[in-house]
Amino acid sequence: MMKFRFRRPGNDPQREKLKLELFAFNKTVEHGFPNQPSSLAYDPKIQLMAIATKTGAVKIYGAPGVEFTGLHKEAATVTQMHFLPGQGRLLSLLDDNSIHLWEIGQKNSYSHLEEVCSLTLPGRPGFDCANSPSITRITVIMLKSCCDMACLGTEGGGVYFLDLPSLQLLDGKTLFQDEVLQSVPDDYKCGKALGPVESLQEHPTDPDKILIGYSRGLVLLWGQATHSVEDLFLGNQQLESISWERSSRTFVSSHSDGGYMVWPVNSARCKTQPLTSSIPYGPFPCKAINKILWRTSETGSPFVIFSGGMPRASYGDRHCITIMQGKLQVTLDFTSRVIDFFTVHDIDPEQEYDNPRALLVLVEEELVAVDLQTPGWPTITSPYLAPLHSSAITCSYHISNIPIKLWERIICAGKQQNPPHSTMEWPINGGKNLAPEPVHKGLLLTGHEDGTVRFWDASSVSLKPLYKLTTANIFQTEADHSESFPQSGEEEWPPFRKVGCFDPYSDDPRLGIQKISLCKYSSQLVVAGTAGQVLVMEFNDERSEQKMSLSSVDLLQDREGFTWKGHDRLTPKGGLVSFAPGFQPRFLVQCIPPAAVTAVTLHTEWQLVAFGTSHGFGVFDYYRQQAVLARCTLHPNDSLAMEGPLSRVKSLKKSLRQSFRRIRKSRVSGKKRLSPSSPASKVQEANAQLAEQAGPREVEVTPVQRRIEPRSADDSLSGVVRCLYFADTFLRDATHHGPTMWAGTNAGSVYAYALEVPSREKWTEKSAEAVLGKEIQLMHRAPVVSIAVLDGRGNPLPEPFEVSRDLAKAPEMQGSHSVLIVSEEQFKVFTLPRVTAKTKFKLTAHEGSRVRKLGLMNFPSIASDDYSENCLVCLTNLGDVHIFTIPGLRPQIRYDCIRKEDISGIASCVFTKTGQGFYLISPSEFERFSLSTRNITEPHCVVGWEGPIDHLNPVTSLCNNLQQRSPKMNQANGTHKLQSKEEYNSLGAADAVLTSHWTQRVT
Amino acid sequence: MNRSYSKSSTLRCLDRVAVEVKSKFGAEFRRFSLSRYKPGKFDEFYGLILHTHNISNMDILIGYADVHGDLLPINNDDNFCKAISMANPLLRVFVQRKEEVDYNLFGTDSLTRKKKPLAGLRNDTLRKRVHLSISIPQDFRPVSSIIDVDILPETHRRVRLYKHGCEKPLGFYIRDGTSVRVTAHGLEKVPGIFISRLVPGGLAESTGLLAVNDEVLEVNGIEVMGKTLDQVTDMMIANSHNLIITVKPVNQRNNVNRSSRMSGSSGNSNDSTTSHHSLPSAHVVQNYNPEEESDEEADIIIEGCGELQSIPVKLPSSSFTSSRMNTGNLSQRLQKELTLNGSVKKNNGNILKTLSAIKAEARHSLALSRGGIEEDGTVITL
Repeated sequence: MMKFRFRRPGNDPQREKLKLELFAFNKTVEHGFPNQPSSLAYDPKIQLMAIATKTGAVKIYGAPGVEFTGLHKEAATVTQMHFLPGQGRLLSLLDDNSIHLWEIGQKNSYSHLEEVCSLTLPGRPGFDCANSPSITRITVIMLKSCCDMACLGTEGGGVYFLDLPSLQLLDGKTLFQDEVLQSVPDDYKCGKALGPVESLQEHPTDPDKILIGYSRGLVLLWGQATHSVEDLFLGNQQLESISWERSSRTFVSSHSDGGYMVWPVNSARCKTQPLTSSIPYGPFPCKAINKILWRTSETGSPFVIFSGGMPRASYGDRHCITIMQGKLQVTLDFTSRVIDFFTVHDIDPEQEYDNPRALLVLVEEELVAVDLQTPGWPTITSPYLAPLHSSAITCSYHISNIPIKLWERIICAGKQQNPPHSTMEWPINGGKNLAPEPVHKGLLLTGHEDGTVRFWDASSVSLKPLYKLTTANIFQTEADHSESFPQSGEEEWPPFRKVGCFDPYSDDPRLGIQKISLCKYSSQLVVAGTAGQVLVMEFNDERSEQKMSLSSVDLLQDREGFTWKGHDRLTPKGGLVSFAPGFQPRFLVQCIPPAAVTAVTLHTEWQLVAFGTSHGFGVFDYYRQQAVLARCTLHPNDSLAMEGPLSRVKSLKKSLRQSFRRIRKSRVSGKKRLSPSSPASKVQEANAQLAEQAGPREVEVTPVQRRIEPRSADDSLSGVVRCLYFADTFLRDATHHGPTMWAGTNAGSVYAYALEVPSREKWTEKSAEAVLGKEIQLMHRAPVVSIAVLDGRGNPLPEPFEVSRDLAKAPEMQGSHSVLIVSEEQFKVFTLPRVTAKTKFKLTAHEGSRVRKLGLMNFPSIASDDYSENCLVCLTNLGDVHIFTIPGLRPQIRYDCIRKEDISGIASCVFTKTGQGFYLISPSEFERFSLSTRNITEPHCVVGWEGPIDHLNPVTSLCNNLQQRSPKMNQANGTHKLQSKEEYNSLGAADAVLTSHWTQRVT
Repeated sequence: MNRSYSKSSTLRCLDRVAVEVKSKFGAEFRRFSLSRYKPGKFDEFYGLILHTHNISNMDILIGYADVHGDLLPINNDDNFCKAISMANPLLRVFVQRKEEVDYNLFGTDSLTRKKKPLAGLRNDTLRKRVHLSISIPQDFRPVSSIIDVDILPETHRRVRLYKHGCEKPLGFYIRDGTSVRVTAHGLEKVPGIFISRLVPGGLAESTGLLAVNDEVLEVNGIEVMGKTLDQVTDMMIANSHNLIITVKPVNQRNNVNRSSRMSGSSGNSNDSTTSHHSLPSAHVVQNYNPEEESDEEADIIIEGCGELQSIPVKLPSSSFTSSRMNTGNLSQRLQKELTLNGSVKKNNGNILKTLSAIKAEARHSLALSRGGIEEDGTVITL
């Protein structure tokens, strides 16, 4: 008790100041593709694109590095968004029928996004229920080109007008359907309503006129000034969308039967027949064409671009967009639902043609851009919105400070892999990225379910794909034969073309990547997977053909009584296999039994790889191609470890077993107990205990209760190897250091081996050997999640080759080394070689939280260039981040980082060595955060537009005074935010001139 | 250690003042003397015995032969004083390892050689009755205690459960609930953690100090207020080797009455009996001593080295001259260390057998407590 009273952190003011100079928590940027996008908008004037999601998030993208994020207070689906072109303003409509105005504001010479005001249309309360939709429910929004007014089409068929940017409803102007119906001929009316407003389009040349399309098929041209119907188009097909032709002589309407019609706009007041009408994928019934665009081109026939319209029976399940130009036609075939699309084209009213340059399509899982100027309409590689989840992410790994040589080689290999189809620049290039070019290159590696490892440039705000490593081609899989999509589409109709890279289907779950380790100096990589495969790879700039060399390591070590019931191992391809430039396999180690690899580490200087599964661990010498060590960690009672991860039987079996036990227990309980020493009674007791474990839930339904019992030594899966670590340190005595390998298991055991690694010259004569040096059993038996050796100064040991290549200071080998062992519950530092406990921190005992992720990070001080501290950073199961000193293990600071309910977010978290981290906020997005005051990667950008706008609008100045923070900033820890701000101000001062002279960019 | 007890002091000449002590441990004898009038405290005597026999890390029981030839224990200040005062002039002291003690030896008829047939009947009737009930508190393994009675409000109870080396499960469950607190705004309902169930036969139930619906206020000194059920569960499990929970018992009738003379935590031997009676629920009432934290789990370090077979033993570098240490003694010590660790249960004193087992199967093998190694500096390499 006393101990806890004494442990209160001292309030040393100097230390507190230092902490402020070292640590600051900021959530900086979201990488990847927004999860569940629901709408898309584009501002052709300042060339910004906005994507909003079902959770109310708004993301604006311009040139690479120009990014803004906002979040609606209501977590509702954003159904529509419209830019006020050239104003840096955005109107959004939520499915709760509220309209919100967003503004890109300027603060500290950087732009940021904030919500300015919102409006909810007054509905009729009595009608506002599911089966009778409110008549004021907004179906469509149209902004006038002069941006002072928005037209709202509603479910009831009325069109409302809204003043912008004040969001005041202009009551007098409202156009009700009754008014329209007066102008409609009686034989068309048939006593029926026109249905909801489906589309509103401003006249391309006369802003006073609006084309209004009703669901039933009626389209009319409305003159606002005259308040009268100027033109009537009596369509009889249910209307989906309409689009003007640039010259305003015609417009095109798309319909629910999969057809589109071209209507003439001329003096005749009432048209009953369109100019042309066609059903492109007829004659059999087709699905609706949801949206259609008509774009004229100087060089040929106009482009007609539409989504949907596929033949219902044969291709009704495809997600397609069709591009037609004269006789040319391509059916873009996406793997997920089309949300929306737009074209980037000429908006200069002086020009005669649209001349579309690019088509941007937002589908549910990715953004695809198509170059419309290059013949063949190739796709354009996007610089952001990377589909991280093109196959499910199974693990991630970050390496900072990549040597420029390897960086360039990886980029080169990636380019060869994915030769750019289009030479076009990324068409959306609004705003200006002011963030300085990153000094250090950082690589984020993601392992995927389909056996690929993707390399991402994580140095800056936009996460760019660099290279993709495929491991599936090493193994024989069933999908080998039907690899390529049939491209010989001469007679095929429709002319499908697969686009995008989202492919959630995995051929074989065994291919999944579990662990990655990369040595950036030797360009060697270890990739380990679900079926116990450990691939040692090496970078090769040339294409090569080779035969896979393979060796298996039996981790059971003839342990009796275990039979693997899980999946088989993967069979490598026989014969020569061809490999593209990039990482090519050097050796394959197969763990037996083929359980998923749970830990892997690589020491390229010693040419050793260590790997662990739920059964044990091994060390392999991949230079001599022979096993150095195999050790079984299985507990004799652990039978679950043999079931395999893919077994669904496991839980069923367990529950069956427990229910049997319960029955048996109830029978036994009446009888007298046997003498406590007999083994039979022990078994019975254990059974009874197990039954009790499962029992109380059923017995007492309410409330939830938790059993308080220390971890027993024979919990199942106790043999899982959780971490492996190579170090050159003192294991056997205090005078001789040498190579060591450390392994930690789920049951709190640590095994330390002294390795005999022959010197370079004797490499061929002698083989590496391992001798068990120490075994440590942590009494609290919590899983060991990390091991690290600290040198005489208390700093972590450098990586292989860092010292020999003069890239890092040599570790202090004079003072005594110590080893930091981190379990899920405690941090402990032990002296070496005697392994006596030096310092410790009992996290779980104090906080009730458990360690989930761990990193050793270097924190440079913001106040002084040559001061930095190495610290231990841990993420707990409650989603908070703690920072501790090493080796003192004194708690420094704590930040809330991830919601504790977000288990997959916590599980996906990965730390960098320089004080940053990533975690998945959705299957497709990484949130990036920084803990350092110095190393922060966040968007710094400005968006410029015509000057006068600002003082035209009182709203803007008002909200500038409010000094509102964007939601993103609100998440940040306020007290520490200030620290980082100062730096930016000084940094931003130089850019201020640039910003002020920066004006609108119109192409 | 008080040097005045050192055997180098030559008090033998002062017959009246000095009590000659002959201490026997196993086959070894030590002789020294003590002042009859200033014998000192029992603890010092105990230390001296350990010191002179050079068995500093052992738990021992000390007995003496009284005038009647009975072997009686020396385990507190009172009976130590009695023993000294009765010495005539030689005090014969018998030292036994605690594990090996045959309690039947104590009391009457214990030293039959010296005993006169009827001598015991005269004044030992009282002792006979006590024979079974006398117990030395240290001989019992504590399973629970009430601690910090002096600093806690009367309505709260701080209970320490000793799990280590105990086969019994802790045996309780906790749940979420609400409790009523007095706040600035009057009575308020706040979420709390409660004991929901006691497993029959478990440690928690058997102590009688915890009950269903007791509100848990602290775990090892840390307030649970604001923590979730899962957090508190993890905290308790993480502290399970030495769990201290502060509860507000649902039944407030058994509370310790502060105004009474009793102070269960005083630890004073004079009123220890009263405290036993006034707190029938506690098996052992013992003052909580912060330094006791050191008994906390020690991780087991096994030194392993593939090939080596020899067992070099570095003797402790102590300043003591007596070093007649036979192998039996060493093996006993090793065995003790092993047993203390609790991780090797099946060893039967045959150290070589144990050691060979280590090599074959390190998991079930020799596990030396780190503390043990540190204390006497012994390093064992296999």
